[in-house]
Amino acid sequence: MNLLKLSWKYLTFKPLSTGLNVLLLALGLAIITVLLLVQDQFEKKMTQDAAGIDLVVGAKGSPLQLILSSVYHIDFPTGNIPMNEAIRLSRNRLVKQTIPLALGDNYQGYRIVGTNHDYLKLYDAGFLAGNAWNEPFEVVLGATVAEKSGMKLGETFSGSHGISQGSHDHDEHAFKVVGILEPQGNVLDRLVLTSIESVWYTHDEKGEETEESEAQIEDHEEHFHHEVAKTGFPQTDEEREVTSLLIQYRSPMAAVQLPRMINSNTSMQAASPSFEISRLFELLGIGVTILEGLAYVLIVISGLGIFIALYNSLKERRYDLAVLRAIGASRIDLLLLILLEGISLTFLGSILGILLGHSFLSVLASQNETGVGAGLEAWIFLPAELWIVIYALCVGLLASLIPAWSAYRTSIADQLTRK
Amino acid sequence: MLFFTKNLQFAYPGQTRYYFPDISLDSGDSLLVLGKSGSGKTTLLNLLSGLLVPDSGEVVLNGVIVNSLKGVNADRFRGENIGIVFQKPHLLAPLTVKENLQMARHFSKSEGLDLDNLLSELNLSHKSNSSIAKLSEGEAQRVSIARALVNKPRLILADEPTSSLDDENAHKVISLLQNQASKIEAALIIVTHDQRVKDQISNFIQVQAP
Repeated sequence: MNLLKLSWKYLTFKPLSTGLNVLLLALGLAIITVLLLVQDQFEKKMTQDAAGIDLVVGAKGSPLQLILSSVYHIDFPTGNIPMNEAIRLSRNRLVKQTIPLALGDNYQGYRIVGTNHDYLKLYDAGFLAGNAWNEPFEVVLGATVAEKSGMKLGETFSGSHGISQGSHDHDEHAFKVVGILEPQGNVLDRLVLTSIESVWYTHDEKGEETEESEAQIEDHEEHFHHEVAKTGFPQTDEEREVTSLLIQYRSPMAAVQLPRMINSNTSMQAASPSFEISRLFELLGIGVTILEGLAYVLIVISGLGIFIALYNSLKERRYDLAVLRAIGASRIDLLLLILLEGISLTFLGSILGILLGHSFLSVLASQNETGVGAGLEAWIFLPAELWIVIYALCVGLLASLIPAWSAYRTSIADQLTRK
Repeated sequence: MLFFTKNLQFAYPGQTRYYFPDISLDSGDSLLVLGKSGSGKTTLLNLLSGLLVPDSGEVVLNGVIVNSLKGVNADRFRGENIGIVFQKPHLLAPLTVKENLQMARHFSKSEGLDLDNLLSELNLSHKSNSSIAKLSEGEAQRVSIARALVNKPRLILADEPTSSLDDENAHKVISLLQNQASKIEAALIIVTHDQRVKDQISNFIQVQAP
């Protein structure tokens, strides 16, 4: 028997009151843990996914929406832009590289992105199996898509129209898996990549199937087996559209001139990922601040709870304390006993809180497979979590200071005489 | 002489002064301190155990002037050399019977008694791991006696140990205290207003309210 054991016995002697205080503290700390983890990983992911993209050009609408849909693939696209205008822009001397994107379909909620091989190079993507697409309707799967769908090389599937699950299927032409990407830890993991031509031809079918002539069928046969564009824009004589362009600047000057030029002189809009994302974080910041506030309120309440619990139990335990003194405990021993109770209570709360926070995040990540939450790693531990423990212990120390002092001051002779 | 007091005086703030008769005991001796309620019996007990410090005079146990010890030293000395049996058992409710005794051992560096032996001598072996709430009144009192004995003290102080007991049990408790005290060669002082105890212990002093 020592003081630590004794303090533990006193805590477990009142499981309800102890449990409530631990839970309150744990909830507050869990919120802080989640915020810490999400903030850390979210910002990292956001910057990582937008690396190498200086400007996104798409149809007019919300610039944030354009960034979210074209860089992070989470929101709906703003619309399409005429390809000839896009080509003209790509020839601007301020533009180093353009990667066109054609969006609009999904497979089981994972977006099908029509693009060229430059998009793979942008993220430095390696292949786990197979290789990149060469012909229309050949696709490459992101690591998460491959894992969740269980599809292998050579398998075929049809996409659904729209960018969220459950719309009607395009069953006229099946996509064929020719490559699977290595896990990237970025947005590519949850995308199905293919050529822009594939996306075009899928949508062409719809309108034309009723009056398909033999000539058109031949035309299609020819279409479907020629090689697709590996870089730049696909070759076509028709009036075609793409959804957006990812642009790299040639010089820093471009950042000043290009967006203004696009926004005022064309029917398209330009948005900078870094600017829009910092705006997004500003908007989210209010929510984060409110949550943080709530967490601190919970922690203060639990600190008060611990204080009240210790203070009340002290009243009931005056005799116990006096008896301890009578059998040889010093004032310091009693002080330590009460401090230990407060500290072990908060230590328990902080461990539970951190575990709760991580579990909550893992639930969040598993519930959100195709969205932004998908790549969140729930079981990464940050050095900042150590501060949560230290912070909690300080709360415990603070809450038990007055009761401990009052235990220190207890006069045993008075206590034992009062019968 | 194992234990003696000289010219003990004590006054609570603003109250009249108590003068206590001198006590002297050898190991194995027993003494009754008799007196009515409010006569200062408990005050004397607190002085003897070092829980209160006398205004003048001294309390000497085993050559150590108890009332000159301060702070941690006083507490350690009390834990090792003085066993106190309170009027009510005052056991620590979150602990089991054995843990209560272990707690008392924790604060003492001296070699104590074997816990299992002690428990079986007090007929408590079967209750060793019971919680305090499950003990009968008599059992709880025997545990509190065991706790007072566990560090092999030189002085055992008992405060009204028989006040709530019937004749038969009162007799048993006093014999138990006497037997155990002589076994570990300790002096025994019982503070009581219970005249029945006089049949067993003839040596007594009387304290009177000032």
